[in-house]
Amino acid sequence: MTTAKADNVSLSWYEASARQRIDAFVDAGSFAELIGPELREMSPHLAIFDLPEQFDDGIVVGRGRLDGVPVLVAAQEGRFMGGAFGEVHGAKLTGLLRAARALHQDVLILFDTGGVRLQEANAGELAIAEIMRAVIEARRAGIHVLGLIGGRAGCYGGGSLIAGTCSRLIVSEQGRISVSGPEVIETNKGIEEFDSRDRALVWRTMGGKHRYLIGGADAFVDDEALAFRQAAIDALKTMRGCDVAVLEAEQKRLERRLQRFGEAADAVEIWQALGIDQPTGIPALPTAAFLRAASNRENADDAR
Amino acid sequence: MTLDDTLASLFPNGSKIATTGAMIAGQAILPDGGPVHVLGVTQGQPLGVDEAIVLAGRVIEIVKSGDRAPILVLVDSASQRMSKRDELLGLSEYLSHLAKSLLLAEAEGHRTVGLLYGGSAAGAFIATALATATLVALPGAHPAVMDLPSMARVTKLPIDVLKAKAEATPVFAPGLDNMMQTGGIHVVWNESAPLAPQLAAVLRRPQGQDDRARLGAERGGRRKAAEIADRVVTLAAAAHQGAQHG
Repeated sequence: MTTAKADNVSLSWYEASARQRIDAFVDAGSFAELIGPELREMSPHLAIFDLPEQFDDGIVVGRGRLDGVPVLVAAQEGRFMGGAFGEVHGAKLTGLLRAARALHQDVLILFDTGGVRLQEANAGELAIAEIMRAVIEARRAGIHVLGLIGGRAGCYGGGSLIAGTCSRLIVSEQGRISVSGPEVIETNKGIEEFDSRDRALVWRTMGGKHRYLIGGADAFVDDEALAFRQAAIDALKTMRGCDVAVLEAEQKRLERRLQRFGEAADAVEIWQALGIDQPTGIPALPTAAFLRAASNRENADDAR
Repeated sequence: MTLDDTLASLFPNGSKIATTGAMIAGQAILPDGGPVHVLGVTQGQPLGVDEAIVLAGRVIEIVKSGDRAPILVLVDSASQRMSKRDELLGLSEYLSHLAKSLLLAEAEGHRTVGLLYGGSAAGAFIATALATATLVALPGAHPAVMDLPSMARVTKLPIDVLKAKAEATPVFAPGLDNMMQTGGIHVVWNESAPLAPQLAAVLRRPQGQDDRARLGAERGGRRKAAEIADRVVTLAAAAHQGAQHG
C-alpha cells in the first residue's frame, strides 16, 4: 500500500505544470491517468486554425488518493491554449464528474483556465454547461467537488462559472476568479472602466485575497502544493449536498453582499467596510498576517 | 415575433407576467389547465449581479412552494455585464447561483424549458438558457459565445478568414444553426404554427439525462464529446473494479 503522503518538496502552484501539481498534490505514486496522452485524444478543431494540438488537450484526468482516500482529480494545463475548454478537454472533465457519481468518490478540480477556447467556442460553451450540470448532480449525490485556484491562467470565463458550482473553493493570492477578463472589459467598455495594464487593480479586484475576503472562496493558502493539499484534505470533511436550504442560504449571502458592498467603487472600500485596519496594506501582507487581518471577512459558511 | 406575440401564442388561456427593467416574471396557464412559471431576461440586455440575484430568488421561491409546476425561461439577452463593479462583487458566483437554482428546480421535480427568442452570449447564455433541461429556440434567435469581430481581435485572424472557416465547421462561429448542430438546442419551433402545442410536446418529453453531447454527435457538429465522456466513465469504473479485486 502506498503511504498517505505526498512528495514533501516545496512546489510553487503558480509555476508548476498540471502534471507537477497532481504529482505533488495526491499521495505519492497513487495517480493513474484516464485517457492519457499516449492515446492522443487531441482537439479535432485546432488544425482548422493551423494551431498545434496537445496529446492530452490541455487537461489531465484520473484517479488517485488523498490522505489515503480514493479521489478523482482533474488538472488543467494553463500553458496550453490558456487552459481553455474545448470539446475534448471539456468532455474529459464531464466524464470524470459522471464517474464520481457512479463510484461515489470526491472530485478535485485544479483550475487553470482563461475560459472557453474560442477556436471551438460552441463546443467549449456547451462543455461548460454540461460540466456545471454534472457537478450539481454529483453534489446532490453527496459528493464533494472541490475547486483549487492558483494557476497562471487564473479561473476566468466559463471556468469561473464552473468554480461557482463547486462545493468548496481553495485559493492562493495568485488565484484570480472573474467572468470577464481585464482585457475583455477594457476592449468592450473602455480603459476608463478597467485598465487591464494596471496589474494592482487586476489583483485587488479579481485576486484570491479579495475573493476570500468577500466569501467568494472558502480557504486561502500559500502558493504551495502542500498547502493546497492540506486545505483539500480539510475541505473534504465539511458539509456535503446541494439542496434548497443550501441555495437559499447562498441567496441570502449574495443579497447581503450587494447590500453591504454594492456601492463600493473599489476593493479597498470593501475591505474598509469589513473593518480592516489598514485596507491599503492588504495586497502586501504575507499569508499569516493576511489571515489575521481577514478575521472579520464575509464567510461562505457552506452556503455555496 | 415580439415578446407579446410570443406570449400570446404560448398561452392562449392567459398569463399574468410582469416586466421589471430587463426582467420578466409571472405565471400562465397551460392548455391542460396546469400552471407554468415564466421568467426571463429580455430586450437584449446584459445579465449582471443585480438581475441574476432577482431571477435566482424567484426560482428558489418556486422550488420552496413545492408546486412542481414547469418553469419556462425566456431569453433575449446580451452577454454577462462587463463592468468593474460586477466583477468586484463576484459576478461568477451570481451567475452560477442562477444556474444552480435552475438545476435545483429540475432536480426537485420542476420541468425547466428555456426558450431562446433573441440573442444571448457567453456567461448570460450559460446561466440561463443552458441551465434548463430542454432548450428550444424561435427562428431568428442568435446565440453566440463571442461575435466574429471580437473573435477576430482575440485570434488575430482577419474577419474574412474567420468567415471562410465558419463555412467549414459549426464548432466556433455564432448562430442558431451552429448551436443546433453542436447539440445545444433541442429543437427550433415553427413560429407560423401556435406555440402552445409545441411547448406541450416539449413538456411531454421524458425527464432524463443530459443528452446534448449525444445530439451533437448525431447532428455532426460535436462528434467527440459524448464518446470521450462515456469512455472516461467506463475506464474509471473498470479501474475501480481492478483496484478492488487486485
